[in-house]
Amino acid sequence: MNQLIWLIPILPLAGFIINGLGRNSLSKSVIGFTGSLLVLISFGLSIAAFFQVKSTGVPINVNYFTWFAVGTLKFPFAFLIDQLSAIMLLIITGVGFLIHLYSIGYMHDDEGFGKFFAYLNLFVFFMLLLVLGSNYLILFIGWEGVGLCSYLLIGFWYTNPDYADAAKKAFVMNRIGDLGFLLGMFCIIHFYNSLSFSEVLPAIATSKKGVEIIAICLFIGACGKSAQLPLFTWLPDAMAGPTPVSALIHAATMVTAGIYMIARSNILFTLATDTTEIIAYVGLATALIAALIALTQTDIKKVLAYSTVSQLGYMFLGLGVGAYTGAFFHVLTHAFFKALLFLGAGSVIHAMSGEQDMRKMGGLKGKIKTTFTTMMIGTVAIAGIPPLAGFFSKDEILAHAYAHNPVFWVIGVITAMLTSFYMFRMMYLTFYGKFRGTHEQEHHLHESPPTMTIPLIVLAILSFVGGFIGVPEVLHGHHELAAFLEPVFKKSNEILGEHHLSESLEYALMGTSVVLALAAMGWAYIKYAKNGSVPVADTEERPALTSISYHKFYLDELYDLIIRKPLDWLSTFFYNIVERLGIDGLVNGIGKGTIETSKGLRLLQTGNVGFYIFIMVLGIIAVLFYSVFGLTKI
Amino acid sequence: MITFYFIAFLSIFFSILVISAKNPVHSILYLILTFFTFTIHYILLNAQFLAIVNFIVYMGAILVLFLYTLMLINLNKDSEPVKPFMVKLAGVVGGGILAVAIASSLKLLGTSNPVLLQNPDLGLVKNLGKVLFDEFLLPFEVSSVLLLSAMVGAVLLATKEKEPKAA
Amino acid sequence: MESLTNTMHAVPLNHYILLSTIIFAIGVMGVLIRRNAIVIFMSVELMLNSVNLLLTAFSVYRGDATGQVFVFFIMALAAAEVAVGLAIIVMIYRNTNSIDINVLNRLKW
Repeated sequence: MNQLIWLIPILPLAGFIINGLGRNSLSKSVIGFTGSLLVLISFGLSIAAFFQVKSTGVPINVNYFTWFAVGTLKFPFAFLIDQLSAIMLLIITGVGFLIHLYSIGYMHDDEGFGKFFAYLNLFVFFMLLLVLGSNYLILFIGWEGVGLCSYLLIGFWYTNPDYADAAKKAFVMNRIGDLGFLLGMFCIIHFYNSLSFSEVLPAIATSKKGVEIIAICLFIGACGKSAQLPLFTWLPDAMAGPTPVSALIHAATMVTAGIYMIARSNILFTLATDTTEIIAYVGLATALIAALIALTQTDIKKVLAYSTVSQLGYMFLGLGVGAYTGAFFHVLTHAFFKALLFLGAGSVIHAMSGEQDMRKMGGLKGKIKTTFTTMMIGTVAIAGIPPLAGFFSKDEILAHAYAHNPVFWVIGVITAMLTSFYMFRMMYLTFYGKFRGTHEQEHHLHESPPTMTIPLIVLAILSFVGGFIGVPEVLHGHHELAAFLEPVFKKSNEILGEHHLSESLEYALMGTSVVLALAAMGWAYIKYAKNGSVPVADTEERPALTSISYHKFYLDELYDLIIRKPLDWLSTFFYNIVERLGIDGLVNGIGKGTIETSKGLRLLQTGNVGFYIFIMVLGIIAVLFYSVFGLTKI
Repeated sequence: MITFYFIAFLSIFFSILVISAKNPVHSILYLILTFFTFTIHYILLNAQFLAIVNFIVYMGAILVLFLYTLMLINLNKDSEPVKPFMVKLAGVVGGGILAVAIASSLKLLGTSNPVLLQNPDLGLVKNLGKVLFDEFLLPFEVSSVLLLSAMVGAVLLATKEKEPKAA
Repeated sequence: MESLTNTMHAVPLNHYILLSTIIFAIGVMGVLIRRNAIVIFMSVELMLNSVNLLLTAFSVYRGDATGQVFVFFIMALAAAEVAVGLAIIVMIYRNTNSIDINVLNRLKW
């Protein structure tokens, strides 16, 4: 098995090369088949690796070559598959394969079919590199690579300037975070003279040097990649990309890279208690604000995007309160149900001939049954209603949050309630009531082809049963995931200790969140399904609170005001004063000065030979005097 | 010894007259006298070859060439405009300072030993001929090329340009 | 000849230097204060000759014939220079009807 590890990332890379080079010459079916098959083989290898890790309990560590060495600093090119990366591998290749499959149907009529698959394969390659890397540097290659692919895929339909701008926004926001990550790596090198997980993490556990600064830098990196406050505004805009991209990159895999990275370096964050506190607050604020924004969005993908941000906030809350297993559990379940929801949304959009505005949908329940059923499963899962996947993972985070600070729990539950509300609002607006679109759209309504529905069904099943790998003990289950991940989080858990909530308290907490989620669902049902109310058109006035939420708390405008405007002002200043007056002035001044001086000096050239000779004689005299005095000095 | 100082005095005297004479023809005549004193200096230094060459080439050829030129130009009347007094003063002062500067710098290099004739044959034609055609053969030949080109150049410059032929 | 050379024994080298310098300076002054091109040319000849004299003096002082060979070369050069220079002056006179160097101020910009 160890000899085959390198195939896992190389196969998608081969797919990228084949599809990239043959994007114009190969037929669509060949491209789709190649792209999907290679990822499927990677998935098979990942399963093999997973079971090897599971059975032996020993991480697979393969060292290929020393990439480069500077002084005492060595950077090996090595892969590490432990329990954490094994699960990530399964998510990436598994969900990735399903989304590739789905894309064959979804992108079938697109001109850039080959290009799309090439990018998608490249993304899978970089994402695999990210989780496989045995040191921060390889992780960083993958980190940057997925950022690049994200940029390419958001701007896939680059002829639309808005989409191209969204791509740029994502890229720039990610750069800010990446700078933090980079600084974090420099700090690690400074303190520990290595970047390998196997050397740095044990060293951190013993010496605890510079943990806060490293942790905060890495967290900034994670903020950018995983769309946390204040760097989350790129993610909703990233919905400009094709829907499978939103599902794969901006819901299931790439945005969880930050969580993976923090979970990977969990011991560091466990020791950096101040930073984890910040992480918890940031996560909580992100979760709440994103949920509030999602309440009033009318674009079906935007709702899901904010929902993703909110769920990512949840995961960060989990990391912040020390529920590493819970956070990672949520990554796993979220990958299932959010990919499902996005793909479902894609299917709806496909059926609606490209319409994304929920105000123009409605009553689709009977027309696209498979999509409706699977999406409903996803919605119930994300809303945290047992026994679907979301309930277990969310509950675990909430329980830890309560143990850490009950206020966290309160806000978390409110967010969960909001989640339930906006998700069901989305479902009811889309599938219930009367059809509000044009006649033509109604005529074209159709269920998606099997390549699209099969992934939906598979993901629906996973969303349904995914939670059972982590049934909490209080429900007399066995937390398989926690047991499996135990070696990774061992040291952190030893430091943090078990949270001790009484059984009745845990029941009460669970009960409250479930009841609130159900209540929210009921409220949404009454409001949108029964009364059939529809969000007002953009032209109409909204109530103040709704307006704030609809306009995303004016965050983009705020950033515009506090960052872009001063920068603009500064640039204008530099352009007008420094560049035009300073540098141009200097350059032109030298030219002008030369001309003016020459105009003056020109008058010396009288053309009078006698004068020239006189000056020459004076020059000779000067030279002679210099030599005389020079010689006397010596 | 007295001879040297007397001749030196004459050299300076005539050279001053060269630059101060109003009539260029007089200047040339004074210059001939100056060069004659130089010839005497060469004889005093026992540089017989140079004395002869100076006498023949400078006084006999070059200065006669000057006279011929003046004759060609026919500038015997004093038509030269006089420079302002200040310019003259500046010229004289400049020349004087130059003299001081050169003298002082040369004095720094040299010693004040008397000039002794170590080898009486030094300036004789035989001795100089040996040196010239032994060590300095190549420069000698090159100088012949220089003279040839100067001759060609002089002829070329001095001939009147032909009138453009009528087409 | 013998008696003549013997009288020289007591003349110090410095006096030759001084004589040459004075004549050289007179040549320079001539160049500076005169406007007649031919006179200026003659002043240049004066300077050349002062240097010749100095070279000869040094040659005798050192007992080295090279100095006198150089004088010979300088004379050849002076002959060439005079031939070309006077030809130029003739040309100038032919074109401007004057040999005043102040007429030749066309070099200025």
